[in-house]
Amino acid sequence: MEICRQNESLEIRELDPFLAELLRQIPDSVDTKKSPAAEERLFSAPAGAEEKEFRSEWKLYIVPELRRLFQSATETVRQDLEQLHCKKKPFANCTLRIPLAHADAWLNALNQARLAIAASYNFTEHELSDHFRSPLGSRRDLGLFQVNFYGFLQEFILREIAACPDED
Amino acid sequence: MSGQRREDEARSASQLMEYPVIAQGTIETPTVEKEVATKGEIQAPWNVVVHNDPVNLMTYVTMVFQRVFGYPRERAEKHMLEVHQKGRSILWSGVRERAELYVQQLHAYLLLATIEKAG
Repeated sequence: MEICRQNESLEIRELDPFLAELLRQIPDSVDTKKSPAAEERLFSAPAGAEEKEFRSEWKLYIVPELRRLFQSATETVRQDLEQLHCKKKPFANCTLRIPLAHADAWLNALNQARLAIAASYNFTEHELSDHFRSPLGSRRDLGLFQVNFYGFLQEFILREIAACPDED
Repeated sequence: MSGQRREDEARSASQLMEYPVIAQGTIETPTVEKEVATKGEIQAPWNVVVHNDPVNLMTYVTMVFQRVFGYPRERAEKHMLEVHQKGRSILWSGVRERAELYVQQLHAYLLLATIEKAG
């Protein structure tokens, strides 16, 4: 896999079918209906328990707006991922082009996915910092690999945003 | 805290970075505005606290602090490291309404942020 900046887009070239599938799973990974832990993390409380009124108004007015914001970012990513649905050669390596204008949406969706997966599996800080763990052992290990792979992409996008601050 | 105000704040969640536009021109008659402190301003300030989260990347957190608070990179990194090492950092202190807005913006970036009364 190669990852580079190409004019006004970020290109992930030579994306093998396994990594392409992990990227295709981003929209599903952020679906918090399947995991109360993920829902709790993505929509965490804005204050301590003593702030009952603030917390209840937050749930009423702010959470729906945050949900719309997150869904909008995920939808942008889902549309970019359409490039990976190649029916002619399903097992061939492919290229994903992310327009720089979509960088914020990708950062948000990748972060949603990482947080939701980590909350669902309740990964420890030690596990999250263990980058040499095999991804093939279990579904949990695969989840950890996803978190790290998405983090790698986030780092790349952040680097490119920092390199061209006027374009973010 | 009225529902209308809360709705107004909610709308601003998707407008993460809004800068005031200052029109250039000549002001012939200066208007002297009296500064009036509201009840909320007189009361103790509120802190915007960001809590540690092992999932969020350090570079991402730094970028969010720069964007939300307009802090220079060095200051943003200092707060990020404080969150990482001490578990929490007070990013801003002041009137409650603004503190709530900052927390809202930080949640839009998926950071663990809360408000709490200072002192």
